[in-house]
Amino acid sequence: MSRSAALVDADWVEANLDTPGVVLVEVDEDTSAYDKGHIRTAVKIDWKKDLQDPVRRDFVDKAGFEALLSERGIANDDTVILYGGNNNWFAAYAYWYFKLYGHDNVKLLDGGRKKWELDSRELVTDVPSRPATSYTAQEQNLSLRAFRDEVVASIGKQNLVDVRSPDEFTGKLLAPAHLPQEQAQRAGHVPTARNIPWSKAANDDGTFRSDDDLKALYAGEGVDFGKDTIAYCRIGERSAHTWFVLHELLEQANVKNYDGSWTEYGSLVGVPVELGEAR
Amino acid sequence: MTTQGCAAPEQTVALPAGIDLATQSVIQGVVTGVGTAYARLLDHSGEFTGEVVVSEEGVFRFFAAPGDWTVRIIASGGITKDIPVEAKLGEVAKLSIAL
Repeated sequence: MSRSAALVDADWVEANLDTPGVVLVEVDEDTSAYDKGHIRTAVKIDWKKDLQDPVRRDFVDKAGFEALLSERGIANDDTVILYGGNNNWFAAYAYWYFKLYGHDNVKLLDGGRKKWELDSRELVTDVPSRPATSYTAQEQNLSLRAFRDEVVASIGKQNLVDVRSPDEFTGKLLAPAHLPQEQAQRAGHVPTARNIPWSKAANDDGTFRSDDDLKALYAGEGVDFGKDTIAYCRIGERSAHTWFVLHELLEQANVKNYDGSWTEYGSLVGVPVELGEAR
Repeated sequence: MTTQGCAAPEQTVALPAGIDLATQSVIQGVVTGVGTAYARLLDHSGEFTGEVVVSEEGVFRFFAAPGDWTVRIIASGGITKDIPVEAKLGEVAKLSIAL
Protein backbone atom coordinates (compact mmCIF):
# COMPACT_ATOMS: atom_id res chain seq x y z
CA MET A 1 0.00 0.00 0.00
CA SER A 2 1.11 3.55 -0.55
CA ARG A 3 -0.30 7.05 -0.50
CA SER A 4 -1.54 6.80 -4.09
CA ALA A 5 -3.14 3.42 -3.42
CA ALA A 6 -4.72 4.35 -0.10
CA LEU A 7 -5.87 7.94 -0.61
CA VAL A 8 -7.91 9.90 -3.13
CA ASP A 9 -8.49 13.64 -3.11
CA ALA A 10 -11.70 15.58 -3.40
CA ASP A 11 -11.21 16.37 -7.09
CA TRP A 12 -10.88 12.65 -7.84
CA VAL A 13 -14.08 11.93 -5.92
CA GLU A 14 -16.01 14.65 -7.74
CA ALA A 15 -14.84 13.23 -11.07
CA ASN A 16 -15.81 9.67 -10.12
CA LEU A 17 -19.14 10.11 -8.36
CA ASP A 18 -20.93 8.20 -11.11
CA THR A 19 -18.17 5.80 -12.09
CA PRO A 20 -19.44 2.21 -12.04
CA GLY A 21 -17.66 0.11 -9.44
CA VAL A 22 -16.84 3.09 -7.23
CA VAL A 23 -18.88 3.25 -4.02
CA LEU A 24 -18.67 6.23 -1.71
CA VAL A 25 -19.38 5.51 1.96
CA GLU A 26 -19.74 8.07 4.75
CA VAL A 27 -18.89 6.66 8.17
CA ASP A 28 -19.80 8.50 11.33
CA GLU A 29 -20.87 7.62 14.80
CA ASP A 30 -23.67 10.13 14.52
CA THR A 31 -25.51 9.62 11.27
CA SER A 32 -27.29 12.95 11.62
CA ALA A 33 -24.31 14.45 9.79
CA TYR A 34 -25.08 12.24 6.78
CA ASP A 35 -28.78 12.95 7.06
CA LYS A 36 -28.22 16.72 7.03
CA GLY A 37 -26.10 16.50 3.90
CA HIS A 38 -23.65 14.08 2.29
CA ILE A 39 -21.65 13.70 -0.89
CA ARG A 40 -23.95 12.75 -3.75
CA THR A 41 -24.08 8.96 -4.33
CA ALA A 42 -22.64 8.23 -0.86
CA VAL A 43 -24.27 5.58 1.32
CA LYS A 44 -23.84 5.63 5.08
CA ILE A 45 -22.44 3.28 7.68
CA ASP A 46 -23.06 3.97 11.35
CA TRP A 47 -19.86 3.34 13.31
CA LYS A 48 -21.75 1.98 16.30
CA LYS A 49 -25.01 0.50 15.05
CA ASP A 50 -23.57 -1.14 11.96
CA LEU A 51 -20.06 -2.15 12.96
CA GLN A 52 -20.35 -3.08 16.66
CA ASP A 53 -21.91 -6.23 18.11
CA PRO A 54 -25.11 -5.10 19.87
CA VAL A 55 -24.44 -7.23 22.96
CA ARG A 56 -20.75 -8.03 23.42
CA ARG A 57 -17.96 -5.47 23.11
CA ASP A 58 -16.68 -6.67 19.76
CA PHE A 59 -17.20 -6.23 16.05
CA VAL A 60 -20.06 -7.66 14.07
CA ASP A 61 -18.97 -11.11 12.96
CA LYS A 62 -18.13 -12.16 9.40
CA ALA A 63 -21.75 -13.00 8.62
CA GLY A 64 -22.85 -9.65 10.00
CA PHE A 65 -20.32 -7.77 7.89
CA GLU A 66 -21.42 -9.69 4.82
CA ALA A 67 -25.05 -8.85 5.51
CA LEU A 68 -24.23 -5.17 6.05
CA LEU A 69 -22.28 -4.72 2.83
CA SER A 70 -24.77 -6.78 0.84
CA GLU A 71 -27.63 -4.63 2.09
CA ARG A 72 -25.74 -1.39 1.29
CA GLY A 73 -25.13 -2.60 -2.25
CA ILE A 74 -21.36 -3.03 -1.99
CA ALA A 75 -19.81 -5.82 -4.04
CA ASN A 76 -16.53 -7.62 -3.49
CA ASP A 77 -14.92 -6.04 -6.55
CA ASP A 78 -16.10 -2.48 -5.83
CA THR A 79 -13.64 0.28 -5.05
CA VAL A 80 -14.85 1.64 -1.72
CA ILE A 81 -14.07 5.29 -0.92
CA LEU A 82 -14.55 6.06 2.77
CA TYR A 83 -14.93 9.49 4.28
CA GLY A 84 -16.32 10.94 7.49
CA GLY A 85 -16.23 13.62 10.11
CA ASN A 86 -13.79 14.05 12.99
CA ASN A 87 -10.85 14.31 10.59
CA ASN A 88 -11.70 10.87 9.17
CA TRP A 89 -11.38 9.11 12.54
CA PHE A 90 -14.32 6.82 11.94
CA ALA A 91 -13.61 6.49 8.24
CA ALA A 92 -10.07 5.35 9.10
CA TYR A 93 -11.56 2.93 11.59
CA ALA A 94 -13.88 1.60 8.89
CA TYR A 95 -10.94 1.38 6.48
CA TRP A 96 -9.07 -0.78 8.99
CA TYR A 97 -12.25 -2.79 9.53
CA PHE A 98 -12.72 -3.38 5.78
CA LYS A 99 -9.10 -4.54 5.60
CA LEU A 100 -9.65 -6.77 8.61
CA TYR A 101 -12.41 -8.58 6.71
CA GLY A 102 -10.36 -8.78 3.52
CA HIS A 103 -11.73 -5.97 1.34
CA ASP A 104 -8.49 -4.77 -0.23
CA ASN A 105 -9.82 -2.21 -2.69
CA VAL A 106 -10.62 0.53 -0.22
CA LYS A 107 -9.36 4.12 0.01
CA LEU A 108 -9.86 7.20 2.16
CA LEU A 109 -10.94 10.60 0.89
CA ASP A 110 -8.07 12.78 2.10
CA GLY A 111 -9.44 15.33 4.55
CA GLY A 112 -12.81 13.61 4.73
CA ARG A 113 -16.01 15.48 5.28
CA LYS A 114 -14.25 18.44 6.88
CA LYS A 115 -12.10 19.28 3.87
CA TRP A 116 -15.09 18.77 1.60
CA GLU A 117 -17.15 21.21 3.70
CA LEU A 118 -14.37 23.77 4.03
CA ASP A 119 -14.01 23.67 0.22
CA SER A 120 -17.77 24.42 0.01
CA ARG A 121 -18.31 21.42 -2.23
CA GLU A 122 -21.80 20.06 -2.91
CA LEU A 123 -23.69 18.12 -0.24
CA VAL A 124 -27.14 16.63 -0.86
CA THR A 125 -29.85 15.04 1.25
CA ASP A 126 -31.20 12.58 -1.32
CA VAL A 127 -30.30 9.03 -0.31
CA PRO A 128 -29.06 6.92 -3.22
CA SER A 129 -30.59 3.54 -3.94
CA ARG A 130 -28.17 0.71 -4.62
CA PRO A 131 -29.28 -2.81 -5.51
CA ALA A 132 -28.35 -5.42 -2.91
CA THR A 133 -25.34 -7.65 -3.52
CA SER A 134 -24.12 -10.98 -2.18
CA TYR A 135 -20.95 -9.87 -0.44
CA THR A 136 -18.50 -12.49 0.82
CA ALA A 137 -16.01 -11.49 3.54
CA GLN A 138 -12.81 -13.20 4.60
CA GLU A 139 -12.03 -14.34 8.11
CA GLN A 140 -10.58 -11.52 10.22
CA ASN A 141 -6.94 -10.79 9.43
CA LEU A 142 -5.65 -10.71 12.98
CA SER A 143 -2.22 -9.50 11.89
CA LEU A 144 -3.89 -6.07 11.92
CA ARG A 145 -5.58 -6.29 15.34
CA ALA A 146 -3.99 -6.33 18.79
CA PHE A 147 -5.56 -7.74 21.94
CA ARG A 148 -4.80 -6.85 25.55
CA ASP A 149 -2.38 -9.69 26.33
CA GLU A 150 -0.26 -8.70 23.36
CA VAL A 151 -0.19 -5.11 24.58
CA VAL A 152 1.01 -6.17 28.03
CA ALA A 153 3.64 -8.44 26.44
CA SER A 154 4.85 -5.55 24.29
CA ILE A 155 5.70 -3.25 27.20
CA GLY A 156 9.35 -2.32 26.93
CA LYS A 157 9.83 -4.52 23.86
CA GLN A 158 7.85 -3.18 20.91
CA ASN A 159 6.62 0.25 19.87
CA LEU A 160 3.51 1.27 21.77
CA VAL A 161 2.02 4.44 20.33
CA ASP A 162 -0.60 6.21 22.41
CA VAL A 163 -2.31 8.60 20.00
CA ARG A 164 -4.55 10.38 22.51
CA SER A 165 -4.04 13.99 23.45
CA PRO A 166 -1.23 14.76 25.92
CA ASP A 167 -3.71 15.47 28.71
CA GLU A 168 -5.34 12.06 28.26
CA PHE A 169 -1.90 10.43 28.12
CA THR A 170 -0.67 12.02 31.34
CA GLY A 171 -3.92 11.28 33.15
CA LYS A 172 -5.28 14.82 33.35
CA LEU A 173 -8.28 13.95 31.17
CA LEU A 174 -10.10 10.63 30.80
CA ALA A 175 -11.72 11.34 27.46
CA PRO A 176 -11.43 13.75 24.54
CA ALA A 177 -12.29 17.28 25.57
CA HIS A 178 -15.55 17.43 23.64
CA LEU A 179 -16.97 14.66 25.86
CA PRO A 180 -17.98 14.93 29.53
CA GLN A 181 -15.21 13.69 31.82
CA GLU A 182 -17.23 10.99 33.53
CA GLN A 183 -15.61 7.63 32.82
CA ALA A 184 -14.77 5.42 35.79
CA GLN A 185 -11.61 3.70 34.60
CA ARG A 186 -8.09 4.59 35.69
CA ALA A 187 -6.32 7.42 33.96
CA GLY A 188 -2.83 7.23 32.47
CA HIS A 189 -1.08 5.19 29.80
CA VAL A 190 0.63 1.87 29.10
CA PRO A 191 4.20 2.02 30.43
CA THR A 192 6.83 2.65 27.72
CA ALA A 193 4.21 3.99 25.29
CA ARG A 194 5.18 7.06 23.31
CA ASN A 195 2.57 9.83 23.15
CA ILE A 196 2.20 10.81 19.51
CA PRO A 197 -1.25 12.36 19.16
CA TRP A 198 -3.04 11.36 15.96
CA SER A 199 -3.51 15.06 15.24
CA LYS A 200 0.20 15.51 14.55
CA ALA A 201 -0.31 13.43 11.40
CA ALA A 202 -2.98 15.75 10.02
CA ASN A 203 -3.14 19.28 8.73
CA ASP A 204 -5.76 21.68 10.09
CA ASP A 205 -8.08 20.83 7.18
CA GLY A 206 -7.95 17.13 8.03
CA THR A 207 -5.68 16.05 5.16
CA PHE A 208 -2.65 13.91 5.92
CA ARG A 209 0.78 15.49 6.13
CA SER A 210 3.43 14.49 3.59
CA ASP A 211 5.22 11.16 3.84
CA ASP A 212 8.50 12.90 4.66
CA ASP A 213 6.85 14.88 7.46
CA LEU A 214 5.21 11.74 8.83
CA LYS A 215 8.42 9.71 8.80
CA ALA A 216 10.23 12.50 10.60
CA LEU A 217 7.40 12.79 13.11
CA TYR A 218 7.36 9.16 14.22
CA ALA A 219 11.12 8.67 14.09
CA GLY A 220 11.62 11.88 16.04
CA GLU A 221 9.20 10.74 18.74
CA GLY A 222 11.05 7.47 19.28
CA VAL A 223 9.28 4.94 17.05
CA ASP A 224 11.79 2.27 16.00
CA PHE A 225 10.75 1.26 12.49
CA GLY A 226 12.65 -1.99 12.94
CA LYS A 227 10.18 -3.15 15.59
CA ASP A 228 6.52 -4.15 15.60
CA THR A 229 4.06 -1.43 16.57
CA ILE A 230 0.74 -1.31 18.41
CA ALA A 231 -1.32 1.88 18.30
CA TYR A 232 -4.07 2.62 20.79
CA CYS A 233 -6.29 5.47 21.94
CA ARG A 234 -9.52 5.35 23.93
CA ILE A 235 -11.72 3.06 21.82
CA GLY A 236 -9.63 2.41 18.72
CA GLU A 237 -10.81 4.94 16.14
CA ARG A 238 -8.17 7.65 16.57
CA SER A 239 -5.56 4.90 16.64
CA ALA A 240 -7.02 3.53 13.40
CA HIS A 241 -6.06 6.92 11.93
CA THR A 242 -2.47 6.36 13.11
CA TRP A 243 -2.54 2.71 12.00
CA PHE A 244 -3.52 4.02 8.55
CA VAL A 245 -0.56 6.42 8.55
CA LEU A 246 2.01 3.85 9.67
CA HIS A 247 0.76 0.78 7.81
CA GLU A 248 -0.80 2.22 4.67
CA LEU A 249 0.97 5.52 3.98
CA LEU A 250 4.42 4.73 5.39
CA GLU A 251 4.14 1.02 4.50
CA GLN A 252 5.42 -0.22 7.86
CA ALA A 253 4.91 -3.96 8.37
CA ASN A 254 3.52 -5.41 11.59
CA VAL A 255 1.45 -2.47 12.76
CA LYS A 256 -1.64 -3.39 14.77
CA ASN A 257 -4.53 -1.37 16.10
CA TYR A 258 -5.59 -2.16 19.68
CA ASP A 259 -9.31 -1.46 19.53
CA GLY A 260 -9.83 -2.34 23.18
CA SER A 261 -7.64 0.68 23.85
CA TRP A 262 -7.76 2.69 27.04
CA THR A 263 -11.38 1.92 27.93
CA GLU A 264 -10.27 -1.72 28.22
CA TYR A 265 -6.68 -1.37 29.41
CA GLY A 266 -7.49 1.33 31.95
CA SER A 267 -10.05 -0.99 33.58
CA LEU A 268 -7.91 -4.15 33.73
CA VAL A 269 -6.94 -5.51 37.12
CA GLY A 270 -3.26 -6.09 37.74
CA VAL A 271 -1.69 -4.44 34.72
CA PRO A 272 0.92 -1.68 35.02
CA VAL A 273 -0.24 1.89 34.45
CA GLU A 274 1.94 4.97 34.26
CA LEU A 275 0.96 8.58 34.95
CA GLY A 276 2.59 11.76 33.75
CA GLU A 277 4.94 12.36 30.86
CA ALA A 278 6.48 9.53 28.83
CA ARG A 279 9.65 8.16 30.44
CA MET B 1 -17.46 2.62 32.26
CA THR B 2 -18.75 3.74 28.92
CA THR B 3 -17.74 2.58 25.50
CA GLN B 4 -19.54 5.34 23.69
CA GLY B 5 -17.72 6.63 20.67
CA CYS B 6 -15.53 9.67 20.54
CA ALA B 7 -17.71 11.64 18.17
CA ALA B 8 -18.83 15.00 19.41
CA PRO B 9 -22.37 15.24 20.71
CA GLU B 10 -24.77 17.79 19.24
CA GLN B 11 -23.61 21.30 20.12
CA THR B 12 -26.30 23.19 22.03
CA VAL B 13 -26.36 26.27 24.28
CA ALA B 14 -27.77 24.33 27.24
CA LEU B 15 -25.56 21.71 28.85
CA PRO B 16 -26.66 18.15 28.02
CA ALA B 17 -29.01 16.57 30.55
CA GLY B 18 -27.30 14.69 33.33
CA ILE B 19 -24.11 16.73 33.35
CA ASP B 20 -22.97 17.72 36.85
CA LEU B 21 -21.27 21.06 36.23
CA ALA B 22 -19.56 20.86 39.62
CA THR B 23 -17.27 18.15 38.19
CA GLN B 24 -16.67 19.79 34.81
CA SER B 25 -14.60 22.66 33.41
CA VAL B 26 -16.60 23.80 30.43
CA ILE B 27 -15.52 26.07 27.59
CA GLN B 28 -18.42 27.17 25.44
CA GLY B 29 -18.90 29.75 22.74
CA VAL B 30 -20.94 31.18 19.93
CA VAL B 31 -19.42 31.90 16.52
CA THR B 32 -21.03 34.41 14.20
CA GLY B 33 -20.26 35.68 10.74
CA VAL B 34 -19.36 32.42 9.00
CA GLY B 35 -21.05 29.40 7.49
CA THR B 36 -19.38 26.05 8.07
CA ALA B 37 -16.91 26.21 10.95
CA TYR B 38 -14.99 23.92 13.26
CA ALA B 39 -13.86 24.68 16.81
CA ARG B 40 -10.60 23.09 17.90
CA LEU B 41 -9.29 23.03 21.48
CA LEU B 42 -5.52 23.33 21.94
CA ASP B 43 -3.76 22.74 25.25
CA HIS B 44 -1.18 25.01 26.88
CA SER B 45 1.52 23.67 24.53
CA GLY B 46 -0.59 24.22 21.43
CA GLU B 47 -1.38 20.53 21.01
CA PHE B 48 -4.75 19.40 19.65
CA THR B 49 -7.08 18.17 22.38
CA GLY B 50 -10.50 18.08 20.75
CA GLU B 51 -12.55 19.38 17.86
CA VAL B 52 -16.25 19.83 17.18
CA VAL B 53 -18.34 21.03 14.29
CA VAL B 54 -19.91 24.37 15.19
CA SER B 55 -23.69 23.97 15.19
CA GLU B 56 -25.99 25.76 12.78
CA GLU B 57 -26.63 28.24 15.63
CA GLY B 58 -22.90 28.83 15.95
CA VAL B 59 -22.50 26.95 19.25
CA PHE B 60 -19.56 24.83 20.38
CA ARG B 61 -18.57 23.28 23.73
CA PHE B 62 -15.63 21.50 25.30
CA PHE B 63 -15.28 19.66 28.60
CA ALA B 64 -11.73 20.60 29.49
CA ALA B 65 -9.68 20.53 32.66
CA PRO B 66 -8.91 23.61 34.77
CA GLY B 67 -6.19 25.71 33.16
CA ASP B 68 -5.24 27.71 30.09
CA TRP B 69 -6.47 26.67 26.67
CA THR B 70 -6.79 28.05 23.17
CA VAL B 71 -9.89 27.71 21.02
CA ARG B 72 -9.09 27.76 17.30
CA ILE B 73 -11.93 28.46 14.89
CA ILE B 74 -11.39 27.02 11.39
CA ALA B 75 -13.92 28.17 8.81
CA SER B 76 -14.45 27.96 5.09
CA GLY B 77 -12.63 30.57 3.07
CA GLY B 78 -9.36 29.80 4.83
CA ILE B 79 -10.37 31.62 8.01
CA THR B 80 -8.52 30.68 11.21
CA LYS B 81 -8.81 32.50 14.53
CA ASP B 82 -7.26 31.63 17.92
CA ILE B 83 -8.84 32.72 21.21
CA PRO B 84 -7.12 32.10 24.57
CA VAL B 85 -9.39 31.04 27.42
CA GLU B 86 -9.09 29.86 31.02
CA ALA B 87 -11.25 26.98 32.20
CA LYS B 88 -12.24 26.65 35.86
CA LEU B 89 -13.77 23.71 37.68
CA GLY B 90 -17.51 24.06 38.10
CA GLU B 91 -17.77 26.95 35.65
CA VAL B 92 -18.65 27.58 32.04
CA ALA B 93 -16.16 29.88 30.30
CA LYS B 94 -18.23 31.63 27.64
CA LEU B 95 -16.79 33.04 24.43
CA SER B 96 -18.41 35.18 21.78
CA ILE B 97 -16.50 35.08 18.50
CA ALA B 98 -17.35 37.26 15.52
CA LEU B 99 -15.54 36.52 12.26
